[in-house]
Amino acid sequence: MDISITQYKRCDLVKASGRIDSNTAPVLEETFNSIIEGGKSGIAFDMSEVEFISSRGIWVILETQKACRKNKGKLVLVSVSEDMLHSLDLAGVKHFVEIYEDVLTAVSSF
Amino acid sequence: MPTMSFPGRFDSLVRISEFVAQAAQDAGLDKSAIYAVKLSVDEACSNIIEHSYGGEGFGEIDCTCDVTDDGLTITLRDWGEAFDPSEIEDPKTDVPLEDLKPRGLGIFFMRKMMDDVSFKFHPRNGNVLTMVKFK
Repeated sequence: MDISITQYKRCDLVKASGRIDSNTAPVLEETFNSIIEGGKSGIAFDMSEVEFISSRGIWVILETQKACRKNKGKLVLVSVSEDMLHSLDLAGVKHFVEIYEDVLTAVSSF
Repeated sequence: MPTMSFPGRFDSLVRISEFVAQAAQDAGLDKSAIYAVKLSVDEACSNIIEHSYGGEGFGEIDCTCDVTDDGLTITLRDWGEAFDPSEIEDPKTDVPLEDLKPRGLGIFFMRKMMDDVSFKFHPRNGNVLTMVKFK
């Protein structure tokens, strides 16, 4: 899984590509944690090149949202495929995390 | 009926996924069904590694893919600790974010994504998980 970070004024845009599973989710978790520990609490997670996410990855998203909210911020998701939207919906993620179709709209929400 | 044996390590998940995805394609499943199969198998294998074996590197996972006229039957076998699936409740999602807990989400996905999920536990022959996805 490859990860890149683009810093904006009010949020960091994190883009991952590949699979997010029990093997790779810790790397994503570390990325999100480093942003929050660096003092930022706004994260937009671009999933346009994520091909798969398991419950481990979903849990990283939810834990990161908890941490962002503690600091009065938020995590949002961008460009999630239909198959992944279905599993996120089953896990109840939509109740807790905003999902946007494109990066511009997502970043503007901060 | 191809069977492959994989080391019980998280870095096996991608190869297991490729193996079952090919079988799902051969079975004529559509794109969403293939994703459902990949997700269910990933969840099952992750649980085997984490809970049955208690960690990485303690045993193998045997995966059999049976393409039938109706669809695909996947069998996973391990030799770790058995458990009682009826004790695993569906995760509660209608609670505040702070009260969310991950326990049970993997099995929940398996039960929602596959058309049939069954467990058998044998003292000598190992733990057998069978999942079916119809076309």
